[in-house]
Amino acid sequence: MDLGEINPILLVASLMVAATPLLLAAIGELVVEKAGVLNLGVEGMMIVGAISGFAISVETGSPWLGFIAAAIGGAVLSLLFVLLTQFALANQVASGLALTLFGLGFSALMGQRYVGIKPPSMGDVHIPLLSDIPVIGPILFQHDPILYVGIAIIAAVWATLKYTRVGLILRAVGENHDAAHALGYKVIKIRIIAILFGGACAGLGGAYISLIRVPQWTEGMTAGVGWIALALVVFASWKPWRVLLGAYLFGGITVLQLNLQAAGVAIPVEYLAMSPYIITILVLVILSADKSRAPASLGRTFHASH
Amino acid sequence: MKFTTLMASAALALGLASGAMAQDKTKVGFVYVGPVGDGGWTYEHNKGRLAVEEEFGDKVETVFVESVPEGPDAERVMTQMALEGADLIFTTSFGYMDPTINVAKKFPNVKFEHATGYKTADNVSVYSARFYEGRAVQGHIAGNMTKSNIIGYIGSYPIPEVIRGINSAYVHAKKVNPDVEFKIVWAYTWFDPAKEADAAKVLIEQGADVILQHTDSTAPQAAAQEAGNVVTFGQASDMSEYAPFPRVSSIIDDWAPYYIARTQAVMDGTWESVNTWDGIREGMVGIGEISDAVPADVKEEALALKAAMAAGEYHPFTGPINKQDGSVWLAEGEVADDGTLAGMNFYVEGLEGDIPQ
Repeated sequence: MDLGEINPILLVASLMVAATPLLLAAIGELVVEKAGVLNLGVEGMMIVGAISGFAISVETGSPWLGFIAAAIGGAVLSLLFVLLTQFALANQVASGLALTLFGLGFSALMGQRYVGIKPPSMGDVHIPLLSDIPVIGPILFQHDPILYVGIAIIAAVWATLKYTRVGLILRAVGENHDAAHALGYKVIKIRIIAILFGGACAGLGGAYISLIRVPQWTEGMTAGVGWIALALVVFASWKPWRVLLGAYLFGGITVLQLNLQAAGVAIPVEYLAMSPYIITILVLVILSADKSRAPASLGRTFHASH
Repeated sequence: MKFTTLMASAALALGLASGAMAQDKTKVGFVYVGPVGDGGWTYEHNKGRLAVEEEFGDKVETVFVESVPEGPDAERVMTQMALEGADLIFTTSFGYMDPTINVAKKFPNVKFEHATGYKTADNVSVYSARFYEGRAVQGHIAGNMTKSNIIGYIGSYPIPEVIRGINSAYVHAKKVNPDVEFKIVWAYTWFDPAKEADAAKVLIEQGADVILQHTDSTAPQAAAQEAGNVVTFGQASDMSEYAPFPRVSSIIDDWAPYYIARTQAVMDGTWESVNTWDGIREGMVGIGEISDAVPADVKEEALALKAAMAAGEYHPFTGPINKQDGSVWLAEGEVADDGTLAGMNFYVEGLEGDIPQ
């Protein structure tokens, strides 16, 4: 055992990378759920985003276009969910599960030609001066741009929900869609926008895995991150900064436990392997003791005639 | 099930309706642990399935289900296959062992073949490949190639098959490089590209410049390629898209001849429960081309090692080898027996850390 072999700077830097796909998918789902819609299709939208982004960036040679395509791909798939739940008034849980199954299969079909190809690299941003600061520089200022985009989205969602009229309306729709409707807000329209936003974020998260974190295309490569994102939203009590905290905690412990294993720490590997799940849940459950609760209309179908 | 398979079965149903010699068809089912596009383990099993189709043409029908979790779900999938009239079912991962035995009890007329396990029954065969022979070649090359003397090893689950691989690679790396050290990370998954990439990155960050993997995806190869100066080996499949560097060689599983022979046996009515464990000699384990990134003399030695194993002259576990605790496992010149190898649950001397129990 030699803890000295773990480089804390690299550890923190790589935990931020490991957490970003989760963070992106979870913040998208948070907005969807705040609008009163439960979309269990996160995994499906992520994987479709992963292949859309991968395919476009390979074809065009531009990772930026890839990420845009990933956001569009995720949003387009979520349109299917919109059709099913907002117009056909289908059950949201069943529709979401269907979306995941469909996304996994469809992405495998789309990705047939892209197995074993290396995508163009995005490269890291080196902010002059800031990235040269010892310790803090490598941790905070030497990442790929999408990582910062993820944090910016968290901040934007938080500010929007908390301080703006748009956020207030969105929350009203999620808390009581009948009242919001009676006040003249277009419940369906607002929810559609929220679902599309959720799809775009999930798509970005998926593409982050296929373009930056791994980087390659393999079938089923999101391997359950979408489900963890769903759980994270609940444990984070629908609060954006807690999503960030939870994602970093989860990503951090995931990376840390691998580091501890490689350094030969004498903790049984089984405990290390389960630690990200347990610690993340524990911390967020303790935090959520402040009686935060789910949006009251979450998962309920809205129709103006009801 | 994939869309194409569905279409195939729909087309077959039509064929059945028209009554054209469909009852003569032998139906062979495959249960996969990952997606067929994983580029590794499942990809090679699926190549075996395609070879069966190629060999027998319309005398055979194959079906497969991919990404089946190891556990109760596997039982459901196997039962469904048996109910749909499969004559022979290949279950292609270690974790399917007990489900295979359970389902086989319920369908005595269906033949089952379980990969890499050790439980047999009247209608259950087991088959596996001596991957540890390939690991010996990898260990030899790895020990020569490492400059930091740290070799990273990504393990999946602590089962005998994986432990054999670690031991074999270590013994042969140590032989050419006494200072070599293994860092082992257990990923607890066969297939999770993001996690495999993380594991590879962690090992690289901690100084490993050679990565051996016993997981199914090509993600560690991609991580090594990004790092730039790290050597890897293809696992289960050639992974030649990462050649000549970082991937300098590979272990290739070739299941096709076995699958064809077993399907033939079912057709002929000669199928019996057997325990097959073939290696380089029989061709079940192949060594992928050793690329030019490996120095010529090392390559030559590696090929000689391979030839010696193919000829049956050399066994990767030949004494003197001690167990991790220093007790004698194999005396000078003694060769490990298959029973011990099949249940191997200990590290050899020199490896650090404990095997998770």
